[in-house]
Amino acid sequence: MASVFSAIGNWINERAPGLVPVYRKHMSEYYAPKNFNVWYYFGSLALLVLVNQIVTGIFLTMFYKPDASLAFASVEYIMRDVNWGWLIRYMHEVGASMFFIVVYLHMFRGLMYGSYKKPRELVWLLGMLIFLVLMAEAFMGYVLPWGNMSFWGAKVIISLFGTIPWIGDALMEWIMGDYLPSDATLNRFFSLHVIALPLVLLLLVVLHIAALHEVGSNNPDGVEIKKKKDERGRPLDGIAFHPYYTVKDLFGAGFFLIICAFIIFFQPTVGGWFLEPDNFIPANNLVTPEHIKPVWYFTPFYAMLRMVPSFFGTAVWGVIVMFVGIFALFLVPWLDRGVVKSVRYRGRGYKIGLALFALSFLGLGTVGAGLSFEMIPRWFGPDADVTAIENFYGRFWLIVYFASFVALWAYTHFGWEKTRPVPERVTGH
Amino acid sequence: MRMIRVLQIASLGFALAAAGVVVAQEGAELKPANTRVDNLASLQRGARLYFNYCAGCHSLQYLRYSRLAEDLQLSEEQVLKNFAFTGAKIGDLAVSNLPAAKADEWFGKAPPDLSLEARAKGPDWIYNYLKAFYLDESRPSGWNNTVFPNVAMPNVLWELQGVQRAVYAPAKAGEEPRVERLELAAKGALSPMEFDEAARDLTAFLEYVGEPAKLKREAMGVWVVLYLGFFTLLAWLLKHEYWKDVH
Repeated sequence: MASVFSAIGNWINERAPGLVPVYRKHMSEYYAPKNFNVWYYFGSLALLVLVNQIVTGIFLTMFYKPDASLAFASVEYIMRDVNWGWLIRYMHEVGASMFFIVVYLHMFRGLMYGSYKKPRELVWLLGMLIFLVLMAEAFMGYVLPWGNMSFWGAKVIISLFGTIPWIGDALMEWIMGDYLPSDATLNRFFSLHVIALPLVLLLLVVLHIAALHEVGSNNPDGVEIKKKKDERGRPLDGIAFHPYYTVKDLFGAGFFLIICAFIIFFQPTVGGWFLEPDNFIPANNLVTPEHIKPVWYFTPFYAMLRMVPSFFGTAVWGVIVMFVGIFALFLVPWLDRGVVKSVRYRGRGYKIGLALFALSFLGLGTVGAGLSFEMIPRWFGPDADVTAIENFYGRFWLIVYFASFVALWAYTHFGWEKTRPVPERVTGH
Repeated sequence: MRMIRVLQIASLGFALAAAGVVVAQEGAELKPANTRVDNLASLQRGARLYFNYCAGCHSLQYLRYSRLAEDLQLSEEQVLKNFAFTGAKIGDLAVSNLPAAKADEWFGKAPPDLSLEARAKGPDWIYNYLKAFYLDESRPSGWNNTVFPNVAMPNVLWELQGVQRAVYAPAKAGEEPRVERLELAAKGALSPMEFDEAARDLTAFLEYVGEPAKLKREAMGVWVVLYLGFFTLLAWLLKHEYWKDVH
């Protein structure tokens, strides 16, 4: 048997001698720092979720009907009459939310350990592009079941483009192919969701990993392991990705899948957070849901939109603020002038700034999800001015969000940061 | 490092607070339905109530009689004889014979399909709604409902529940009097406790109809989680073995 395998191996190797070096470069001789902690699972988990979304998506596409009069019923058909359809649909639906959970944690890891800093700026930029495409992908996927929140969510998000002066209305019609989200909109969103954006996403993921493997992974100490090599040119603090990190990530994947299985089998809607009750009502352009709000992963950005008032007769300011809020993340490698990468050895100001940034993101999320709207009458009494208090609360976090970017630049540019000495080698594993 | 800890705890706090709000919001006025979808007898009783009292007007357009027979462990004959009063065949969907155009005329609004009612509104809402009808001469049907004010639907279960009347709180100046509570003015065929059970059975049935897969997914989930637990243990042992070389 072994000789058969090695014969096949030789046969392939003679015809494609470039394959083995590629495998070595990215797996068995890709040296990753040995001190990765729990935060370093989320990259491989994001890849796992991506594969899950593609595989379950292929099966959903076999039964889903991208037609405004059939779409909603076809999803129920999948949930009831297709063998294992309910499981496939729940895996896809829970997968979407889990994708954002792992991606947000992955991004936070990057901020914590300075993984965006030189020489990894390109890795960060490609990652941010992945995040952008992922948001578009998720938004369009959310429209497909054609529930009432799909419809109204699509209407609100598309109307963002309508705020652009002069071209807004024409642009909206061009996007929707109609004057409101309709069959034409559903069809093109289907096309974009199942083929166009996944292709872009896959390409970007390949580039993200390729760019990472050029420069090598950062680590919780922010030490460049390539600076200390042994006589054979291998980093002293590096270990081969395969087998060490493949087995470690296998364990991480198992742990993650247990959590996913709990959600899929016991709480697939997560109390309306992953799958909203309003989306079990078919799309209806005459009946508006009581509170139109996006799925949880868009809530911080939705809050940015809502918390900015319109003036000069246009609501475009909120849209601008939201896009600047996303774009600011692209600029982090250049806003941060500090040399020390890891939060472990950075100044107190960076730690406070990072904590406030994360809190502002969550705080904005509570506004976008309508939680503050629910809680204010409870905390301040039924006569409280909900809008005024919510605006104060939301704008406070909005200011904190943007201030943390400015503060990051000022703190590092003017040399206010007092860092601690960075060790020569990584500490522990 | 301490900052990170604080951050992690804070984010956990946010998540818990968020979850708490959802629970509080749903349970603010509604009493819990306490349905058990895995209680087959309850589902069967609920199905009987549904097809005797509701199916004349409301459709379950995504439910087939054959699926009902399979899931509720009834024979096809039992289902056709006891549930399918519309002359439907076993493979048909449980659609009512009420003509939609006429229904608009008769009720002011056609009775909605109830296939996904439990998913859209939640079991607690349905349970409380079924118990919240009271006599109201000002309404065309003669009935009103505290959970769904001015609903077009009359209380079809009044024979079982009896007739409730509203007790109003003293009205504030310039406001409509508010219903304080409902009291039973005439007894029905069931005692209040028995009627609660009936409403619970009916709710459980609609919960099942909203998601038939629920019958098996939880039972299956236990095995999936156990398997994954075993898999993860093996993966951990494998990792541990390999990582012995890493110093």
